[in-house]
Amino acid sequence: MNTLLLTVQILNGLQLGVILFLVAAGLTLVFGVMDFINLAHGVQYMLGAYLAASLIAATGSFPLGLALGLLASLLAGLVLEVAIFRHLYTQDHLEQVLATFGVILALTEAIKWAFGAAPIAMPIPETFSGSVAIMPGLLYPVWRLVIIASGIGVALLLWALVTRTRAGMLVRAGSTHAPMVSALGVDIGRLFMVVFAFGAMLAGFAGAMAAPILSVEPTMGDGILILAFVVIVIGGIGSIKGAFIAALMVGLIDTLGRAFARDLLALVMSKSAAAQAGPAIASMLTYMLMAVVLTVRPRGLFPATRG
Amino acid sequence: MAMTAANDNNPPPIWPRIAASPALGWGVIGLIGLAMIAGAAFGQPFWLTMATRIAVFAMAALALSFVLGQGGLVSFGHAAYLGLGAYAVGIGGEHGLAEITLLLPLAALVGAAYAALTGLIVLRTRGVHFIMITLAFAQMAYFVFTSLSAYGGDDGLTLWARPTLFGFDVFKRDIVLGLGVVALLALLYGLLTRVVASPFGQTLQATRQNEARAEALGIDVFRARLVAYTLSGAVAALAGAFLAIATGFVAPAYMHWGRSGELIVMVVLGGTGQLGGALIGATVLMLLEEGLALVSEHWKLWLGLILIGLVLLRIGAIARLLRGGRHG
Repeated sequence: MNTLLLTVQILNGLQLGVILFLVAAGLTLVFGVMDFINLAHGVQYMLGAYLAASLIAATGSFPLGLALGLLASLLAGLVLEVAIFRHLYTQDHLEQVLATFGVILALTEAIKWAFGAAPIAMPIPETFSGSVAIMPGLLYPVWRLVIIASGIGVALLLWALVTRTRAGMLVRAGSTHAPMVSALGVDIGRLFMVVFAFGAMLAGFAGAMAAPILSVEPTMGDGILILAFVVIVIGGIGSIKGAFIAALMVGLIDTLGRAFARDLLALVMSKSAAAQAGPAIASMLTYMLMAVVLTVRPRGLFPATRG
Repeated sequence: MAMTAANDNNPPPIWPRIAASPALGWGVIGLIGLAMIAGAAFGQPFWLTMATRIAVFAMAALALSFVLGQGGLVSFGHAAYLGLGAYAVGIGGEHGLAEITLLLPLAALVGAAYAALTGLIVLRTRGVHFIMITLAFAQMAYFVFTSLSAYGGDDGLTLWARPTLFGFDVFKRDIVLGLGVVALLALLYGLLTRVVASPFGQTLQATRQNEARAEALGIDVFRARLVAYTLSGAVAALAGAFLAIATGFVAPAYMHWGRSGELIVMVVLGGTGQLGGALIGATVLMLLEEGLALVSEHWKLWLGLILIGLVLLRIGAIARLLRGGRHG
């Protein structure tokens, strides 16, 4: 384990962390503000990747395609909200699980129907292709740095939106005292709609950014959905700050665990045993972290206090 | 809205009046058994295989319904117990253990042990956090078995022979195995319905309906939940044992979180109020999957739309739309 390798893995961990944050931010807001378990949030990540990939291919321009893709993600979120989700906010969590499970099945299959089950490729835009030397003897892909930077940029933007604007104030108020906000004359239905569509767009953005380094396939949202849920539970439901910190923790622990668990275990056990236990323990680390956090702080690290 | 997912009023089942009767559960079990016999009699092995699968998943859904519907504990990790039961049979078989009267108790014991151990931690959380922490422990089990290369790892484990009953090779015939699953399903359904009606069952329901009040009445809520959760883990593991025997194969995929989600869908689909609802939900979901797959290659799309439609119908959203009323 040398410094170069450690630096690379830390950067990879940060990159996974910001992708997780982009997905988790919308999920935690929708969950915190509307008390709505949206299992279909991973599908919106997947949709974002497909929309961006096909619009970039259609327009031949990366910025234009990405912008149109984000707009399309936003629209998809709006359509789903109006057609299905808004009817579910006041319902039992189990009804929400059932309906959003149905949305996962339907949309995943629809995409498979339209684009085929095989992964589609999305090229890294010319400007950001290639690698850059960030340390002597260490080349790192530019696109991954762009992901990290844009993730942190979105986090700052969100922080400013939530803490410095009127809409953000309503979101914060809504996540703790929704009935009171409604009683004070705020159109809570419209607030919910905006928050939902915005969350869908963030998930779509995450999908579009991750698309060039992952394979774009119909089931790509499944794994990220579970990790995003882990993130918002560790961070405390409804808290953007919690989602950010937990996302980086999960991204780093997962990546570093996969990279180094085997070598670290080999220090205390035989090489062959470490080779077998290493990958298993690495995959379990995230869930162990969640179990420990919930045992010590049952409501997560930064719970939004409910009134 | 309360943070507990299943609060005071369980949502009404789709067929409210019929499903309220425990007799319906017996009817479903009888029909599954009849389908097996018909399959064997008319030389339709597919009916037999299908009915056996339905019986296995009905058993797993029954286990989940017991904690979810009666105890209000929404476990998102019940596939782990299914997998643990399957691996008890698979690993037992690898070591020459081929007697079902030993394998089934072993599977139940493994399921109960994992439920009791993790229960000590997960039952300290509530609501959504409970959902997520049960998922976490199921994922941990999943990853342990994917890396267990001695027992097939990711690829799984093939069971070369079916277990024996007191040394007799009776399960070689599919119909005997199928009816064996149905017999155990009937036994467990009878047992769990009696548990629900017993003082313990009433206690469990009290902890769901109002935890604080139950606590104030002197009920040890944590203990009641732990007992129910352990029992449920054992029953789900039994279903897993039969899943392994029927398919002749064990893989970590049995523990995948999607499977846990599917079990929840079965229970909610049939209605959480009665244990019999789980049997109906499992049967309906599996028949829907098979039936739609016959009609269309893209059956998942139609299944998804049907689930969405069912929920919207049940919560009255469609009725409101038809009346032209606005929903705010």
